[in-house]
Amino acid sequence: MTLEIEDLHFTYPSGVEALKGVSLTVKNGEFVAIMGQNGAGKTTLVKHFNGLLKPTSGRVTVDDVETTKTSVASLARSVGFVFQNPDHQLFSETVEEEISFALKNFGYDQNAIEERINWAVNLLGLSQYRKTSPFMLSGGERKRVALASVLAWDPQILILDEPTIGQDHQQKENLRQFIIQLQTQGKTIVIVTHDVEFVAECNPRVILMRGGKIVADGEGKEILTTPQLLEESSIVLPQIAQVFTQLASEGLPKNIIDIYEAKRLLLKVLKERQT
Amino acid sequence: MSIFDGLKFRKVYSPIHNLDPRMKFIYVIAVFVAAILFGSIIPLLALFAIQIPFVLMARVQKQWVRSLRGALFLATFIFIVNIASNFFTQGFVLTAANWEDAAAMTLRFVVLVESFSVFFLTTSPDHLGLALEQSHVPYEFSFAFTTAVRFVPVLAEEAQTIMDAQKARGLELEKGNFMKRIRNYIPVLIPLIVSAIRRSLELAEAMESRAWGATKKRTNLYALKLHRGDYALLAIIIALLVLTVYAFFYVPIPTVRGLLGFP
Repeated sequence: MTLEIEDLHFTYPSGVEALKGVSLTVKNGEFVAIMGQNGAGKTTLVKHFNGLLKPTSGRVTVDDVETTKTSVASLARSVGFVFQNPDHQLFSETVEEEISFALKNFGYDQNAIEERINWAVNLLGLSQYRKTSPFMLSGGERKRVALASVLAWDPQILILDEPTIGQDHQQKENLRQFIIQLQTQGKTIVIVTHDVEFVAECNPRVILMRGGKIVADGEGKEILTTPQLLEESSIVLPQIAQVFTQLASEGLPKNIIDIYEAKRLLLKVLKERQT
Repeated sequence: MSIFDGLKFRKVYSPIHNLDPRMKFIYVIAVFVAAILFGSIIPLLALFAIQIPFVLMARVQKQWVRSLRGALFLATFIFIVNIASNFFTQGFVLTAANWEDAAAMTLRFVVLVESFSVFFLTTSPDHLGLALEQSHVPYEFSFAFTTAVRFVPVLAEEAQTIMDAQKARGLELEKGNFMKRIRNYIPVLIPLIVSAIRRSLELAEAMESRAWGATKKRTNLYALKLHRGDYALLAIIIALLVLTVYAFFYVPIPTVRGLLGFP
């Protein structure tokens, strides 16, 4: 399942030109992080992936189907979209009902619904809250319920808008593990985020946006270690990259964002110095 | 949400925006009274026309047209109900007078929407609150009012986000029969209401932490004062009212059907 965006322009009815010619291909099973400052057009771009917004000009196709020629409901079956704020979607009396909402919309039968709910609550560690009201849960738990309610129908492409906002370190780590797990299942994952440390740890393909355009697209290792590029997007280097930028005079490479690679390099230098 | 767009204030500066909101409100009331007094097309058309210079002077024509477009649905509804009720009560015949009356009723509604739209488009919520306060409305009430006005666009935007979130979960708002369609809105309304309540609690806390209601007598950074433009508007209002009353009592108002030669 491939996502293809060709010369996408989008202008809001208010007259704000949010996207000014974006071209991009996301292949099946890829893990992509879309970064950039507020107002860069990140959310506007991903809202085109499931047809919530339709291009002013240009084309968006999901598996060769143009989004203008189909409904959001039918695109949603293969493109799951988890919104930034869980409070914008939770409305049911129990977590179970919340998760079953989309399944009912897609016409699953009762047995299948039961099965999918079991699967989703186990996956996200929500089993003990099945009969609890989502409004009684904490912020992090509500976020997980929102995620479960989308994952329940097992979409091939998953879009997460700012998944790390309001999450503590442990929850972020769980999320990362979870994304890796989905990746091994061959799912396509697109995250929209400001969280440079989270991106550095996940090491996905990075797409950097500014002013409605893509300004960089490539490996996180390259983009997240280029200070000029990040500065213009009000993003700071990941901490490991900052350390290695300082250490460049010692003959160490600058483009390091992975903690294990950093450890390996530093150990090597330490050992050389000892001998 | 287009009808809300037509009432949303945008910060621009024009002679109309700088007018005292109290005077503008009196003007709205005067137009309102005149529109209620006259039930025929020609004076209502005149009322419609005299507001256009204000719209042009305020440079809000785009938003103003949008608000009229938002009112189109209700206007059509009023027209149809008028025609239909006459049609059925008169034994399935319609006269030229019926058509003209229905058109006049619709036009009356449009004139009312027009004047309110001009008022809200050119008056900032802050100004409005100030006007209420200086008209000796208790601060609690004027604050509640301005806050409500200020939050309409915020809630409209939030409703849009919620609709998007639910559509992404396969909700089809336009699907099903009439009852089903109403039920379709439950997943949108509940998050909207919950978030509005949560927002109001947060606002209350934020206000209390900034000493809301600490003294009975509040002072204001800005005070409203009448300027030359306001007196000019006052003159227009008086002229409008005098003319209205005079025309209402002493001028036989011609009908369109009369002018066109219908019976």
